[in-house]
Amino acid sequence: MTPDLVGGLESPDYASHDKAAHGPYTPVFTGAVRSELDELLTRYPTKMAALLPALWIVQRVHGWVAEEAMEEIAGLLELTPAYVKGVVTFYTMYHQHPVGKYFIQVCTTSPCGVCGAEDVVRAFLRHTNTGELGVTSPDGKFTVIEVECLGACGFATPVMVNEEFIESVTPDKVPDLLARLA
Amino acid sequence: MAEQKMVSLTIEGRPVTVPEGTLILEAAKTVGILIPHYCYHPSLPVAGVCRMCLVEVEKAPKLAPSCATTVAEGQVVHVHSEKSLDARKGVLEMLLINHPLDCPICDQSGECELQDYTFQEGREDSRYREPKRFNPAEDFGGDVIYVPNRCILCTRCVRFMDDVAHDPALNVSERGDRALIGKFEGKDLTHPWAANVVDLCPVGALLSKDFLNKARAWELDRTASICPNCTQGCNVIMETRENQLVRMRPRPNENVNAFFMCDWGRLNYRWMNEKNRAEQPMVRRGNGLVATSWEDAISGAARALTGKSVFVAASPMLSNEALYLLTQVMQSGSGAFRVTEGEEAPLPGVEDLALRRERAANVNGAETLGFKRTKDLLGGLKQGDVLIIAGEDLAGIDASAVARASEVIVISSVLPEAASNASVVLPIANFSEEEGTVTNLRGRVQRFTQARQAPGETRPSWLVLGDLLGALGKQSSFFLPSEVFAKLAASTKAFAGLSYDTIGFKGLPLATVPDTGPKTPITIGAT
Amino acid sequence: MGYPHQPHERESTVLSRYFGDAEARTLAGWKKRGGYKALEKALGMAPADIVNVVKESGLRGRGGAGFPTGMKWSFMKPGDGKPHYLCCNADESEPGTFKDRELMRWTPHALVEGCAIGAYAIGAETAYVYIRGEFTEPLHWMDSAVKEAYAAGILGKNAMGTGKRIDVHVHKGAGAYICGEETALMNSLEGRRGNPRIKPPFPAVSGVFGSPTTINNVETLIAAAPILMNGADWYKKMCLSNPKSTGTKLYSVCGNILRPGTYEVVMGFPFKEFLYDLCGGPMHGRKFKAVIPGGASVPIQTMEEAEATLMDYEGFVAQGSMLGSGGVIVIDDAQSMVSVIARIARFFAHESCAQCTQCREGTAWTTKIMERIRDGQGTMEDMDTLLDIAEQMTGKTICVLSDSCAVPVVSGIKKFRGEFEALIQGRRFHPVVAAVA
Repeated sequence: MTPDLVGGLESPDYASHDKAAHGPYTPVFTGAVRSELDELLTRYPTKMAALLPALWIVQRVHGWVAEEAMEEIAGLLELTPAYVKGVVTFYTMYHQHPVGKYFIQVCTTSPCGVCGAEDVVRAFLRHTNTGELGVTSPDGKFTVIEVECLGACGFATPVMVNEEFIESVTPDKVPDLLARLA
Repeated sequence: MAEQKMVSLTIEGRPVTVPEGTLILEAAKTVGILIPHYCYHPSLPVAGVCRMCLVEVEKAPKLAPSCATTVAEGQVVHVHSEKSLDARKGVLEMLLINHPLDCPICDQSGECELQDYTFQEGREDSRYREPKRFNPAEDFGGDVIYVPNRCILCTRCVRFMDDVAHDPALNVSERGDRALIGKFEGKDLTHPWAANVVDLCPVGALLSKDFLNKARAWELDRTASICPNCTQGCNVIMETRENQLVRMRPRPNENVNAFFMCDWGRLNYRWMNEKNRAEQPMVRRGNGLVATSWEDAISGAARALTGKSVFVAASPMLSNEALYLLTQVMQSGSGAFRVTEGEEAPLPGVEDLALRRERAANVNGAETLGFKRTKDLLGGLKQGDVLIIAGEDLAGIDASAVARASEVIVISSVLPEAASNASVVLPIANFSEEEGTVTNLRGRVQRFTQARQAPGETRPSWLVLGDLLGALGKQSSFFLPSEVFAKLAASTKAFAGLSYDTIGFKGLPLATVPDTGPKTPITIGAT
Repeated sequence: MGYPHQPHERESTVLSRYFGDAEARTLAGWKKRGGYKALEKALGMAPADIVNVVKESGLRGRGGAGFPTGMKWSFMKPGDGKPHYLCCNADESEPGTFKDRELMRWTPHALVEGCAIGAYAIGAETAYVYIRGEFTEPLHWMDSAVKEAYAAGILGKNAMGTGKRIDVHVHKGAGAYICGEETALMNSLEGRRGNPRIKPPFPAVSGVFGSPTTINNVETLIAAAPILMNGADWYKKMCLSNPKSTGTKLYSVCGNILRPGTYEVVMGFPFKEFLYDLCGGPMHGRKFKAVIPGGASVPIQTMEEAEATLMDYEGFVAQGSMLGSGGVIVIDDAQSMVSVIARIARFFAHESCAQCTQCREGTAWTTKIMERIRDGQGTMEDMDTLLDIAEQMTGKTICVLSDSCAVPVVSGIKKFRGEFEALIQGRRFHPVVAAVA
């Protein structure tokens, strides 16, 4: 029985991730990273405008954006944590919880949909041993989700693995792709 | 002042002329047309998101959001045309598809704008056949509960916290039909003015914990009054059920409190439901106080006062009328009052609005009428004085402090323990049980009216004091508090020229205070 | 044949000439190919003159709206005492569209140059290039190009030695299609949720940071350089059909077609020849069934309509659709139109910002009904409901995402009603059996 691929409109349930198990929070904006933020602040007339870039830095350092990170950024940019959280939850690329070492994002919007994107998703779910969208494989290596149009429709099906953008993935290429990662 | 450019247009066939820059929705109010809306509020920045207020404007290609469109010369606007009605019907249908329709258990029922407009213009049935979105209710902290399933995402609450409370503690989280109002974990809605979001919420998404499941909106009796809990004098509606105060809500007043009241004031109404009352007039016979008739008690009080030096320990909760009559009673004597103090808590987005340090309704009235403010209430009581305890409960004061008095007359809603040696007790109504005026810290005189029936044989303070003056041979009795006020205005420079008619229910400044005009311009009929 | 294939002889590779040319991505390589001559020329002209040339050329916004670019630039009044800003909309997220990705990853310096010219023309000292977060390669190459340009003194406080200041900053998005809407882009740039704004005020009056702002698409800005170098008349002459649509357009061709890729043809090119000749026609053994020519937000075309179309703004409108972003999504007879439309509706439901009632609720409701019909659980009333919802979603919201969700549903039911009815009546969709070779 083929799994229900096109997930609910709600965010997938990431209950398999235990946020607490990831230890105490270490502040991000110290030393060189603080200098990086300071330079970014010179590019905009307001501190608030550095919010998205600051969140990217946090995700680069920690792999996800914890609530403590939102507080840290709020303090530096003179915003409230509630405000920062409102922004974080708007944008799909910021993770609010840890994800697998390889976060696999498969485009399934219609231009790729008509080119067999669902088969690519099925192949990933099978070969990563996750079996379900949004959950992390038992070895912590892989999480597979569907994403909306990645802007490479002529190279169906594009897949992002963390920040790596891979074009023209077909089901038969999936095992090798995963082998290359692991 | 420069001439303001006026614009003339037609709304639903009615000619309207308003200043340039007026929103169509506000212009419509001036000719008695309420364009249905949710997200718009005169005290908040325009959002234009609910899309309820779309109106048909002739010659315009699309329906216009009347809360976000300014008037133009010669515009012809249709609020109830087929296109407008159809658009509103569509919005209402969309709002109800995920709405849980739990009116039978929702506090907002009976005062719910979603109910009201759906009944007025919505569909009879729903065409939605899919599962509804669900999120659990959340305690936002303070007095506020959030029920996401009922939320229509008008964002009034978020904009209030951002732009009026200056504390962005609420956000919109997620996107699309997953969106809901959120706060940050561990950062509750503890802002001293946060509960106003419950009033602002058009539906039952934000609810008062204090009021939860206490009463149905249609069971409530409502009266216009003034919050007695500090000297700001926020205008309120007192709501009662079976003669018990169950809720206070703000009443708009552009000169005092805009649309808001603080949480402390709002939730501090239970004291007016006080139970241990002095309910009958009493005089001392032998060793104890015995109940008697009003006539007897008043004569007894008059006898005690004749020819004696008087000291009045008054409560700053008493009305101007009561305090004025007390000054007539004590003519050769003196009077003082004490007031509880607390932290000031301003509402930054409104000019000159705060929970004030002095936590009583009529401090300014008492001072204007010659009562001295003191921390030692009975310090001015001289040996042999007749002590009148007016409105005070003498909490924290020992009976020994009263001993200096030759006689004690209690004119209060309760018989203080420290005054158990009183020779006369004249039981009066408390703030919620009578009518009168109070003066706020800026010298604004405002009327409050009777919200509850006084218990037993208690009578309004002004009535009792008027009768007492009559028994002292000084004054004929009054039938109405307005008569007392008229006398006060005629004899006291500060109140000159004022009357109940002119004060109305927006209040007026004392004659000695300059009228600086409205702080927050709000328009007629603002909700 | 369009990148990633070799250019077809009938293409006019003005902007796409160097696609696939790795050397073009470096400053040295770009200069060898004539780069930055246009900027040099521009910096010696008066801004108003640049605006006039662009106006004359007939260049229209290539992001989807087709607004005349010269006119848009002329809205930026000089001397108002406020800083002006240029925003380059590189948020390309319209399904079916991927031309800006190619432009940025192959000719990043072309965009740097285009931004600099645009900024100078509108009196701005700062340009922000808002690139969607998923565009790893374009982000990398744009960052690299901007760095090189600063190092070479092309950008900075003394742009090309003229004493004028031009700053270009790359700003990375974080996953929101709606940030391609110009006012939502501005909010996102300011560090807010990507909510579109009510207009008025218009960006040219009050945009980012409360200042006059112009937002242009990547392709539009890149076109400015060749227009300046070759003149307005040269651009105007590239026009096969009607004088209101001039120049070339990049088309992103995808879906069930033999040679998907990025093609550049002159305005007015015949669509039938484009699809069957340049792009190779349908996959082996299949037949075309439908085309969505301008990204998911434009009406679906039947093949009859598509084959009669001349490819320009007016031409697509005449054949029941719109040019939009030029994202050509081709659908063959193996696909269920209901499935395709259901997935498009789900896209819009995911991307709705949640401000307006009709969009927030309507996109999700539409998706749920479409998926029910797709799964064989639909009723005839559902189609009426869908059309009613679509009407409520059209012309009543702050931005047109809502309208965009309604469009494929309405055009789908209108032109492919049979497929809907078949599913509702319990007949499962069967792809047409492919002809044997």
